[in-house]
Amino acid sequence: MEVKNIRIRNMKTGDFKENEYLEEYLKELRANGVNIAVAKLDDLINWGRSNSVWPLTFATSCCGIEFMSLGAARYDFARFGWEVTRNSPRQADVIFCCGTIVHKMAPVLKRLYDQMAEPKYVMAFGACAIGGGPFKSSYHTVMGVDQIIPVDVYIPGCPPRPDAMIYGMMQLARKIKMQEFFSLSEEPGLMDFKRIKAKAFEAIKALKDMNPLKKDEKGGKR
Amino acid sequence: MKDMENLQALLPFAAIEQKENTCSLAVPGKNSYEAASLLKNSGFDYLRDIIGMDYGDTLGVIYSLSSSENPEIILFLKTATSDKAAPKFDSVIDLWDSADLYEREVHDFFGICFVNSPDMRRLFLRQDWRGFPLRKDYDARPEINPIPLGNENLAEMETLPVLDIMNADDKFEAHETVFDQSEYVVNFGPQHPATHGVLHLRVSLDGEVIRKIDPNFGYIHRGIEKMSEAYTYPQILHLTDRLDYLSGAINRHAVCLAVEKGLQLEVPERAHYIRTIIDELTRIASHLLGWGAMCMDMGSITAFVYGMRDREKIMDIFEETCGGRLMANYNVIGGVMADIHPNFQKRVKDFIPYMRKMLKEYHLLFTGNPIARGRMDGIGYLSREKAIALGATGPVGRASGWSNDTRKIDPYAAYAKAGFKEMLRTGGLTFDRYIIRLDEVEESLKILEQLIDNIPEGGYAAKTRAIIKLPEGEYFQRVEGARGEFCVYINSRGDKYPYRIKFRSPSMTLVNVLKAIVPGTKVADLIMLGGSLDYVIPCIDR
Ligand code: SF4
Repeated sequence: MEVKNIRIRNMKTGDFKENEYLEEYLKELRANGVNIAVAKLDDLINWGRSNSVWPLTFATSCCGIEFMSLGAARYDFARFGWEVTRNSPRQADVIFCCGTIVHKMAPVLKRLYDQMAEPKYVMAFGACAIGGGPFKSSYHTVMGVDQIIPVDVYIPGCPPRPDAMIYGMMQLARKIKMQEFFSLSEEPGLMDFKRIKAKAFEAIKALKDMNPLKKDEKGGKR
Repeated sequence: MKDMENLQALLPFAAIEQKENTCSLAVPGKNSYEAASLLKNSGFDYLRDIIGMDYGDTLGVIYSLSSSENPEIILFLKTATSDKAAPKFDSVIDLWDSADLYEREVHDFFGICFVNSPDMRRLFLRQDWRGFPLRKDYDARPEINPIPLGNENLAEMETLPVLDIMNADDKFEAHETVFDQSEYVVNFGPQHPATHGVLHLRVSLDGEVIRKIDPNFGYIHRGIEKMSEAYTYPQILHLTDRLDYLSGAINRHAVCLAVEKGLQLEVPERAHYIRTIIDELTRIASHLLGWGAMCMDMGSITAFVYGMRDREKIMDIFEETCGGRLMANYNVIGGVMADIHPNFQKRVKDFIPYMRKMLKEYHLLFTGNPIARGRMDGIGYLSREKAIALGATGPVGRASGWSNDTRKIDPYAAYAKAGFKEMLRTGGLTFDRYIIRLDEVEESLKILEQLIDNIPEGGYAAKTRAIIKLPEGEYFQRVEGARGEFCVYINSRGDKYPYRIKFRSPSMTLVNVLKAIVPGTKVADLIMLGGSLDYVIPCIDR
C-alpha cells in the first residue's frame, strides 16, 4: 500500500500535513524486509482496526480534562469509533498519555504499557508527555514519556485542543492502516510473534525454575 | 480571641509583629508546642497550613492559623531551630487534625521531624528518595535520584516510623504498622478512572465495608514550589494555572494579588471587574465538571455529558477573550493580559439565562431522582467541628455549616461591589455537598449579572517594570478557589525570584476528610464520597 492511498473518513493524503514521516516509515519497513499491507484481507482487518481503537483511560493531570472534553458531547470521539475507553490495560489498544509523568508514576506507566496486548500504540498528549513541558527544570519530572515507552504520535499543546487530539488520532489510524497485520515484523510495537514466543518460553522456563516455597517467604503482604 | 493586644499577655515569650489583619509571632523552638496549644485554647481552631522554611542557617516552620469565630485575622506562628542535622519540633497533631498531612509534607521536603507524631513517612516522594528537595542545599543531580525502574515497595509504606526522643540517637523506629496483618487490604489507584486523578488509596476491607484508608500521594508531584524559587514572578504565574487546573484563573489571581500588594501597585478598576468575572466563570465551569463527575461516579453518564456540554459554553467565552480554553493564562501582574473581546459581555449575558434554565433541568434530571437520592442521603456525615479541625474549606466546609467564604471574609477584586449570599447548609451529608455546588453556581450567576454591565472604562492593566523585584518581606494572599481557600505565601529577599513560595492546596485537606468519613461505608460509596469532595490531585501534589 502506498501512503497516497490511505484515507481516513473523507480526508485524503493531501489533506494531512505530516506525510513525509509516513513515507519514511514505509521506506524503513520495506528496507527491513517487512511486508506492507497489500492484500485485500489486510485492508479489511486494518479498516476494522483503525475504526475501533480502544483507548485506556489514563490521565495524570491537566491534559486529562481536555481528554474528557474530547469524550463529551461537542467533540465526541465516538464518531471515530474511539469511544470505548477501557479501564483495564489488558483490553486497550492505545494508551493516551495525558499529563505529566513524574518519577513516582514512571514505573506505573511502564507496567500499564507492559500489560497491554500487542499490537499496542502510545500517544503523547501535550507538552509534558512530549518533553517535560513547563516542568522541564523540575527534580521530579520525567522529560517525556518516550524515556520510558515508545511513542507513536506526539500531539503538542499545553493542553492540546480537542481538535488537535482528533487530528493526532487520525494520524495514528493512518499508521495502523499501513501495517500488515499478519506479517512477522522485527519492529518493536508491531506484531512480533517470534519475540512473543521467545518471551513465553522464557517465562515458562522461569516458572519451572522457581521454587514455590521460596517465593512465599519473600512474598508477604501486598 | 477578640483583640490582638491580649496575645502578648498570653504568650510572654513571643516576639509579636502586626500588620493590618496579619499578626506574626516568633517563638523559640522549645516553646512552639506550648504556644500552639495556648492559641488553640484561645480560639484559633483552624490550622490553615504548615509552611516549612529553610532560612539558610536555620530551619523553621510557620503555622498559619485563624479562628472560625473571627476569620479576618490571620496569625503566623513562627519557630526555628539551628540544628540542621536533626531538626525537630513538637507535633501539633493532637491540637488540629489537619496537622497530620502538613507535618508529613514538611518532613518530606525539609527533613524536619515532629516529635510525638505517630506517622513520619514521606508524603509525596518515594520512601527511598535521597535528600530533602526544598532545602537550599539540595543536590538535584539526576544521578542521585534517577528515574526509578521498579514499583515502590509498599512494605516501606507499611510501617510508621516514629521519632522517639527517649532513644539516644534520635533514630526512626517503626512502632506500628498502618494495617494489621489480619486486615484485607486492596489497592485503589493510582490508575483508576474514579480516583479523580492519580491518587493511590490503600483500603482495608471487611467484606464490603471499609475499615480504614491510607492515601498515598505524589504520583503527580512536579516540584512546582522548588522550581518557582528559580523563576521570576511572571514566569511563576504560568505554573499556578497548572496547580488546580479547574480553578486555574483563581490561583493565578492569588499570586498576582500577592505580588501587587508587595509592589503597592494600583490595579485599574476595570481589571478588577474583569478578573472577578473570569473567576466566577471559572468557578461555574469547575462546579459543572465536579457535578458531572460526581454523578458519573454514581453511574449517571448523562449528567456528565450535560455538565461538559454547558461547560463548553464557558470555554468558548474564555477562548475568545483569553486565547486558551482550559488554561486561560489571563491574569498578569498589574491587571489582565489583554482587554476583553467585543463579544465578551454579550456572550456572558446570553450564558446567564441559559445556565439558569439548565440548572432547573439538572434538578429535574438528577437531584430528585430516587436512585440518586438513595445513594446520597444519610451517607458521609461531616460535623462542623470536624470540618474546622480538618481545615475543610470551600463547599465541603460550608455544607457542614462552617462559614468560610473568603470572598466575604476578606473581599478582594470586585467582590465587595456585588451582592451575593454565602451558601451555607447544616446537614454535612453527601447530599448537602452535592446541592451546595449547584446553589453556588446560582450565586455566581448573580455576581456575573451585577458586574457584567458595570465594567468601568479605563486601562486593563497597570504598567509594571520589565523586571519585577519584590521588596524584602513576607506576602500572603488568600482567595476563594472552587474547592476552598487557596493561599499563597511569598517570602522575598528583595530579588526578582521568591526566596520561598508556598501554595495552600484546598484539596489536600479534602483527602483527609475522606479518611475521616469513609470508615463504615461500602466500597461503592467510597467512589461517590470522593466525588462529593471533588478534590484535584495535581493541586495536592504541586
Ligand atoms: S502539557 Fe500543559 S496542560 Fe498538559 S499536563 Fe502538561 S502542563 Fe498540564
